[in-house]
Order: sequence, then C-alpha cells, then structure tokens
Amino acid sequence: MFSFFRSRKSSAPPADVAPSSATTQPAGAAAPAIDRAAPASDGGGWLQRLRSGLARTRERLGANLGSLFHLGAKVDEAWFEQLEEALLMADVGVTATRRLLQGLRETARREQINDGAALRSLLSSQLADLLRPLERTIVLQDAPPTVVLFVGVNGAGKTTSIGKLAQHLLNDGQQVMLAAGDTFRAAAVEQLRAWGERNQVPVISQAQGDSAAVIFDAINSARARGTSVLLADTAGRLPTQLHLMEELRKVQRVAGKALGGAPHEVLLVLDANTGQNALAQVRAFDDALGLTGLIVTKLDGTAKGGILAAIAAERPIPVVFIGVGESLADLRPFVAQEYAEALLA
Amino acid sequence: MLENLTQRLSTVVRTLRGQARLTEANIADALREVRIALLEADVALPVVKDFIQAVREQAVGMEVHQSLNPGQALISLVHKELTKLMGDQAVGLNLATTPPAVILMAGLQGSGKTTTSGKLARLLKEGKKKVLLVSADVYRPAAIEQLRVLGEQLGVDVFPSSADQQPVAIATAARAYALTHFHDVLIVDTAGRLAIDEAMMAEIQAVHAAVNPIETLFVVDAMQGQDAVNVARAFNQALPLTGVVLTKLDGDARGGAALSVRQITGRPIKFVGVGEKVDGLEPFHPERMASRVLGMGDVLSLIEQAQKGVDVAEAEKLAKKIKAGKDFDLEDFKSQLQQMKKMGGIGSLMEKLPGQLAGAMPAGQDHEKSLARVEGIINAMTVQERRFPALLKASRKRRIAAGSGVQVQEVNRLLNQFEQMQKMMKMMSKGGGLAKMMRGMKGMMPGMGG
Ligand SMILES: Nc1nc2c(ncn2[C@@H]2O[C@H](COP(=O)(O)OP(=O)(O)O)[C@@H](O)[C@H]2O)c(=O)[nH]1
Ligand SMILES: [Mg+2]
Repeated sequence: MFSFFRSRKSSAPPADVAPSSATTQPAGAAAPAIDRAAPASDGGGWLQRLRSGLARTRERLGANLGSLFHLGAKVDEAWFEQLEEALLMADVGVTATRRLLQGLRETARREQINDGAALRSLLSSQLADLLRPLERTIVLQDAPPTVVLFVGVNGAGKTTSIGKLAQHLLNDGQQVMLAAGDTFRAAAVEQLRAWGERNQVPVISQAQGDSAAVIFDAINSARARGTSVLLADTAGRLPTQLHLMEELRKVQRVAGKALGGAPHEVLLVLDANTGQNALAQVRAFDDALGLTGLIVTKLDGTAKGGILAAIAAERPIPVVFIGVGESLADLRPFVAQEYAEALLA
Repeated sequence: MLENLTQRLSTVVRTLRGQARLTEANIADALREVRIALLEADVALPVVKDFIQAVREQAVGMEVHQSLNPGQALISLVHKELTKLMGDQAVGLNLATTPPAVILMAGLQGSGKTTTSGKLARLLKEGKKKVLLVSADVYRPAAIEQLRVLGEQLGVDVFPSSADQQPVAIATAARAYALTHFHDVLIVDTAGRLAIDEAMMAEIQAVHAAVNPIETLFVVDAMQGQDAVNVARAFNQALPLTGVVLTKLDGDARGGAALSVRQITGRPIKFVGVGEKVDGLEPFHPERMASRVLGMGDVLSLIEQAQKGVDVAEAEKLAKKIKAGKDFDLEDFKSQLQQMKKMGGIGSLMEKLPGQLAGAMPAGQDHEKSLARVEGIINAMTVQERRFPALLKASRKRRIAAGSGVQVQEVNRLLNQFEQMQKMMKMMSKGGGLAKMMRGMKGMMPGMGG
C-alpha cells in the first residue's frame, strides 16, 4: 500500500493515509475493444512488466547486461565499457554516466572489488542514493483547497495523470475537482471531462476564456464547495515558446490572487521516452514557475527514464509519482531503490 | 546548456592543423567529440557506433584539400555523411493509387498523430484533394472528438466513429464511405500504442490489412531518447512503414531520434512538425537536420572551423547555400546573427573583407551594440512569429517591444530591414554575389544607413 500525498495535519507516516484498496472504476460507458488495463495488483507488477519488456529489448540489441553482473564476471575495461553503453542507452546521458562510472571505478579500486555481481549492487546502491533525494509526496493543505497545477510539453500525459491522481485522492476520502485549463487543444476539455465522469468529480470549464480565467474560476468554486483538492490541467507547451511560458506564469499569478499560496504544487509531467531534452524541460519550467515536483509517465514501455539520474544531479526536483499505463490504477509512488533496480535490470 | 560540437571541436581542430593527411591517430580525438555530440543529441548508441565506424573508414587516408585544414575536412565529411544518412532528398507523399489513397498513422502515445493527421489533411486540401479523416482511437478519452473538431476547423470531412466500435470496423466503413463519396485521400488516425503491447500491435496490423494503405506513416517525437531504435524496429516489423513524421521540432531538442529511426527503418522522413497549429508541418530537409543533430547552426559553422574568419570564396559558397528569399525567415536571420557573433562580431568580419567592400559599410558606428539590439528584438518573438513575420500585428509588436525593452518603432524598423534583406537574399540566389549582399547589409542594422 502506498500514498502519494499526506495531510499536513497528520503527523502519521504516509502509509496511514493510504487508500484502503486500489479498486478500479468502471472505465466509461463503452467497453474498450481491448482491455488495456490489466492493472498490476501489487507495487512490483509494473517492475515485472518493465523487466520483461526490457529483456526483449536487450535480446534484440545483443547487449546483455545480465552477463555483466554474473557472479564471478571479471571486471575489466571491457566490463566498464559495456556498463557505460547500458547507461547511455537508458538515457542517463554522457555527463551523468561518466560521473557514475568514475565513482564506481574509484570504489572498485579502493575496496578491491573485481567481481561483476558485487560491483553491480554497488552501482545500484549508488544510483539509489543519487535518486533518493527525489522521493517526495504531495502535501495537502490544512485549509482547503490544495491547488495542484499540471504543466508539461504536448502529449506528456498531463490530462491522464490528473485522471489517475483524482482517483487515488478519492480513495483516500478527499473531495476532488478538476479545472479544464487546456483551452488550446481541440477537445481537451472533453478529454478531461471524460476523466471527471469516470471519477464522478466536477470539472470546471469555460466556453471562452483563457487558462488563467478557468483556473481562477475553479479555485473560487472549490473554495465555495469546500473541495479539498483542485487539479488544474494546462495546455501542453514547449519551453522554447516563451509567450506560452509567460502565459503559465500568469496562470500562477492569477491562482495566487484567487487564493493566497495557490498553486501549492506545480508538477511537471515528463514522458519517460524523452532523451536529453528532459533536462532542458525541467530547467526551463522550473526557472519559469518554481516546480514542486515531477511526474514521470509511460514507464510501462521500453524506455527506462534514465534521464532522471541526470536530473537528480543537475536540477533535483522531486518525483511525486510515476505513470505505468493508461488506466486509472496505473499510478505508482516513486521509490528510488526500485527505479535504480529497473534502470539496471 | 550543452556546448555545441563546433565549440568543442575547435580545440581538436587546432591540434590537427598542418597535417596533410587524416590518420586513425590524428582523428581519434575529433571522432570522440563527434560521438559525444551525437549521443547528446539522442542518436541511439548502436547507430552512433555504426556511423563513427563508417566515417573513420572513409576519413583515414583522405587527402586534405589545400583550402581546408584537417579538422574542417573531417567535419565536412561528418556533415556530409550525416546528411546522406538522413536521406539525400526530401521525399513527398505517394498517393498514386486508385482513390481513395489511404494514409495510416502509427506511433507511441503522445507522439502527435492526431495533430499531424489534421496538418496533413490541410496540406492535401490545399493541394485540391478531397480528404476524409477518421479516428480509430477508441481508447483515449475524447480522441475521436479531437479529430472531429480539427476537421471542422479545417473544413475537411470527418467520418464519424465512436468509442464502442472496433477500430477495424471503423477503418473499413470509412474506406467504403470514401470510395462512394469520391474522396481522394482517407487519413486513418489510430490510438497511441506501446511497441511491446502485443494485442495493440496486432490490432493495428489488422487495421492495416483492412484498409490497405499506400502510406503508413510512423510518427515520432523529436524529443525521444535512446529507446527510439527499439520502438522503430518493433513498428517496422509489425507494419510495412512507408515514411516517418518527426514532430515537435519547434522545441530545442536536437532530434537525434530522426537518425535512429531513419537508420532502423530505412524509410524516408517525409515531414517535420514545427508547431501546434494546423499549418505547422514542413517537408523534411536532410541537411538542416544533420546540422541540427550535430549542434551546428548552419553551414557557416563549417567555415568558422577554420578559425580564420571568412574569405570571399567561402562567403560566396555560403551565399549559394542561402535559400531563395521566400524561405528566408527571421529564424534564419537569428541564426545568421548568432553565427556572425561567433565569428568575432561584425567588426572582425569587416576586417577580413576586401577594402572596397568594407568601405561600403558606414564607419564609426557601434556595430556590436546594434547587433545586440536586433538580436534582443528577435529573441522576444516566438518561433512561430519568426517563421511567419506576417503574424506580427500591432499587439504582438507591442509585446515584443516591451519584451526587448525598445520602442515599437524600432521593431517596425527591424521588420522593414528584414524585408529588404529577404529581397536581397532573393537577388543573391539569382546570382548577385557578395558585393550585392554587402550593399544590402548596409540597411540591415538599426542606425546604419536606415
Ligand atoms: N502507456 C502509457 N501511456 C500513457 C501514460 N500516461 C499517459 N499516456 C498516454 O499518452 C497520451 C497523451 O496523454 P495526455 O494525458 O493526453 O497528454 P497531455 O497532452 O500531456 O495532456 C495518451 O494517449 C495517454 O493515454 C502512461 O503512463 N503509460
Ligand atoms: Mg492534455
């Protein structure tokens, strides 16, 4: 059991406010042609899926990390080179890979480790140490509503993540409201509304009006109703579109006018498929808005999201949760140790 | 920010100076830098390895032409090979079949299939084709509605579908409808899917079999990382892909995925997406993409490699490269200015010009300062505005002026000068040469003869 948020009031550890059971809501009116949900019943499920996907990938590429890490595997230059390749192919990036390998080499020399398996667990724990500062849960405000703003590039998974998080909050007994702040993309409002229907939570939208106006409206509405959490969607944007970044700052300012301290959370949604540009995204959105957290999505595919290692080193914004599929249940907390394991799997 | 390859290579290039022949030993450092540049651009490692090997084989033993130094020679080889790998020529859509010509869109979640479907429809409509759009995405909430709205905005027919139907049935019915209603082209949008999702891959195979598309386009996000090879391989195995669309290229990703996908599938990249709006689709330019992946603004960087500034012959070479005036936009202008700065600013550029040309430039002005102002104004524009200066109406101009700390008049002046420059570029492309370009440049800088 896990939770992605905790109340400020409660001094209890996160586990105490965990949802009682991860029930899956009926997915809309129509039965999908293929049931893609197959929600993992336990926290290890996605890891399993991740591993089997990755195993296939590696077979095809002929690079077998497994052999590197065998007990008794000799650690030599070729060993390190293969490891370097594995990290690079996980999108860890040149700089972060070098840094990791350098640390590993030093320790190996100092402690005279020359067994593959031993060195692997060393690397795994070094990676986990690097990622651990990123573990964080969302904090709910004492006075409702807690306003959470979702930002990111086009197609990263903002709207879907809102749908998933809404369900988890509901399971925890919170009242949730959604704000349809994507006023740009065709049918973006309908998409969010569909998630609202699945979760049976209100969705605030406007026929006309910009993002800031919709979110201003929604905050007032949430206050009036005593809703505990407001999840605000925004249109996808590339950080190079400076006017669109400015628009987000306006959303942030206007939210603050509607409710002092809002938005309480500004979450950047990051597609795990993203390569080195992810770091640029984190920097740009953080510079513009001051991020409070990241959501890494699409980890159910073959991409490993290794860029998180670079992010941890360069701009350590915590990860509030990860997305491992398209249905309501496919949301997991970020656990550094697990993530590190998956990267080296 | 990442240093670009050009900067990093300059030291390597210096050490290579004065060697008449490229050898395994004297190019090793340079190739290492190229490898890093490609990896930082997200070119997949196996593709990088093959590429470096191929370049090494070609380079070793190569005689260095006397006008180049060995570093330059190597970089132009790298650039040339990369361009070749990207596909030598821009390849368009193939619609030569009995109508309706079916285009099937395939790709990962969030890669941009629906938006691209709309953009393609617009492009084809402009080419006087009668287009029908259909969404077979019965999974993502409101995906069908998204395409319907797009079609409505574009004035393009959309075949209605709903989330309780089967994708194969939808596609089949749409094709029959297109046939009886005399549509030239049917574009079938599909749900995003993971390459390892066997059921979903089987589904798109079935859709393919049902509608027999002449174009099956694989839509890839330019920001995608190393996994692009795996995804491309899987889609290519499942479907007979005919082309690739690279999306979100208006961001600052270097787009190495283009190379990975191209290499793995062997299919041409047919279009690039450069904006969210329906007009943000352009033909693919292999050479531009090669420069981008290498982190070089444009061909000027090659010349810069020499670290001796420009000489007339090389400037002429550049002039030939500059496209016809109508393609030269503010974005190009901006990168030209940046290149100019890298070459030591306009002052040092003038030092290297033959006397009579330098004389054509007004004396005693602070060129660097004017250059910085111009750049400030352009930086305050969005990419879209730089690409389509016609967008710059009063309110946008005010925003730009405010954003760059100048008066609106100065923005206007720059736009006028830019227009002149565009004309000049056109002139040059018709064979005017450097002298004409320099004359035109006179009017280019604020406070310079303007
Ligand atoms: N496989 C997978 N797909 C996801 C995940 N999160 C989102 N998606 C899909 O990615 C696509 C884009 O998501 P959307 O929420 O519309 O992105 P937005 O543009 O950022 O709002 C949709 O097809 C989603 O179903 C995830 O964790 N795994
Ligand atoms: Mg959205």
